[in-house]
Amino acid sequence: MIRVVLPAPLRTLAKLPGEVRLDLDGKATQRALIDALEALHPTLRGTIRDHATRERRAYVRFFACGRDVSHDGLDAPLPDAVAEGREPFVVLGALAGG
Amino acid sequence: MSGVRLLVGTRKGAFVLSSDGRRSSWDVSGPHFAGWEIYHLKGAPSEPNRIYASQSSSWFGQVILRSDDGGKSWDAVGNEFRYEGDPGTHQWYDGTPHPWEFARVWHLEPSLADPDTVYAGVEDAALFRSSDGGKSWQELPGLRACSGAAWQPGAGGMCLHTILLDPRNPARLHVAISSAGAFRSDDAGKTWRPVNRGLVSEQIPDPRAEVGHCVHRIALHPSRPDVLFMQKHWDVMRSDDGGESWREVSGNLPSDFGFPIDVHAHEPETIYVVPIKSDAEHFPPEGKLRVYRSRSGGNEWEALTNGLPQRDCYVNVLRDAMAVDRLDPCGVYFGTTGGQVYGSADGGDHWTPIVRDLPAVLSVEVQTLP
Repeated sequence: MIRVVLPAPLRTLAKLPGEVRLDLDGKATQRALIDALEALHPTLRGTIRDHATRERRAYVRFFACGRDVSHDGLDAPLPDAVAEGREPFVVLGALAGG
Repeated sequence: MSGVRLLVGTRKGAFVLSSDGRRSSWDVSGPHFAGWEIYHLKGAPSEPNRIYASQSSSWFGQVILRSDDGGKSWDAVGNEFRYEGDPGTHQWYDGTPHPWEFARVWHLEPSLADPDTVYAGVEDAALFRSSDGGKSWQELPGLRACSGAAWQPGAGGMCLHTILLDPRNPARLHVAISSAGAFRSDDAGKTWRPVNRGLVSEQIPDPRAEVGHCVHRIALHPSRPDVLFMQKHWDVMRSDDGGESWREVSGNLPSDFGFPIDVHAHEPETIYVVPIKSDAEHFPPEGKLRVYRSRSGGNEWEALTNGLPQRDCYVNVLRDAMAVDRLDPCGVYFGTTGGQVYGSADGGDHWTPIVRDLPAVLSVEVQTLP
């Protein structure tokens, strides 16, 4: 079981009260996690990954185990603590105003 | 008693302002979708409780929302706007080819007859249509095919911001695109052609070019859909032949730069603009916020100032931020980048701020309710 923490705007959009818990079939990667998240909550499609490029949107960041894993690549394995549910995978909006 | 509902999109959420037919007391609901940019909301004419909203942010991209209960509750619907086929390129600011990239939905225009059919004008400029209540979107690629490779973005982005549906002829549509111009289809959006003859823009190499004009807004009266009124980057223009030819009707305006233009609900020759000082100075001339009204379809304009700030006012009124209701007398409304929404229940003679302190207003639409 993997725990995913979403930023407030996406929790509101997907009508989620708290963190998301999901299971992955096969390899635990960022791509597999986002695939499973979007399948579970289709309204999140296009908000974390761009529809056209399928890449992480520029102002979205992924944190895990106190580290910015945004540039690890979508096919990088998730940290063990995330894959085992001991630590959450955090999706957040980059620090920016506007 | 009949009433009105204003749908206000702002930089940080949507607001719904409601009143009865007297339009003297208003209920304010919102912010809805707080923190998101709401470029536009619009209700379906055939089913007023069906409202579509364009919600976007730099962080999380584009979301389309739909309400089926007049804005009390909302659900996200489809948000994938995929250009048809190989989208190719348009001109970039430096004249080099640039790939077509979807940025956001600027304007949503529900069909006049079917609440499940809605058009979306997007940046980079293209027209999309949904026939399933916003669940899925298909591009009408004939528009870009007609001259898109030559289009070039303006400072505000290459956006398709105006969609006009002809109430007498469902096959006819007009759209307008910043820095490209006006375009018309007579086959329900399959094929298109530029309709910019008569526009003169000194800011482009050929001032009378077929495309490249920065059209800011077009409006029509439903009883006379061949008569079009345009606020261009500079110049207020008029066409009496469905866009085949245009002539300038700026007349005695203090500035013919501006963004919105609209037509009185019951007087097809009465039109409204909000003059802005210049393209560099996006605020009213002399710090006086004035709506100008022409009762002669242009050329002769009168300033409407009663209730509007007449000193130290430096707000802007954006292209989608003016609307009229269908009551009698006709109500006129507009929102400013300073967060005020002003309303007039008597065709513009007297104005009152309905709200004063919203985030910057991007769009104002009105629904006249039975």
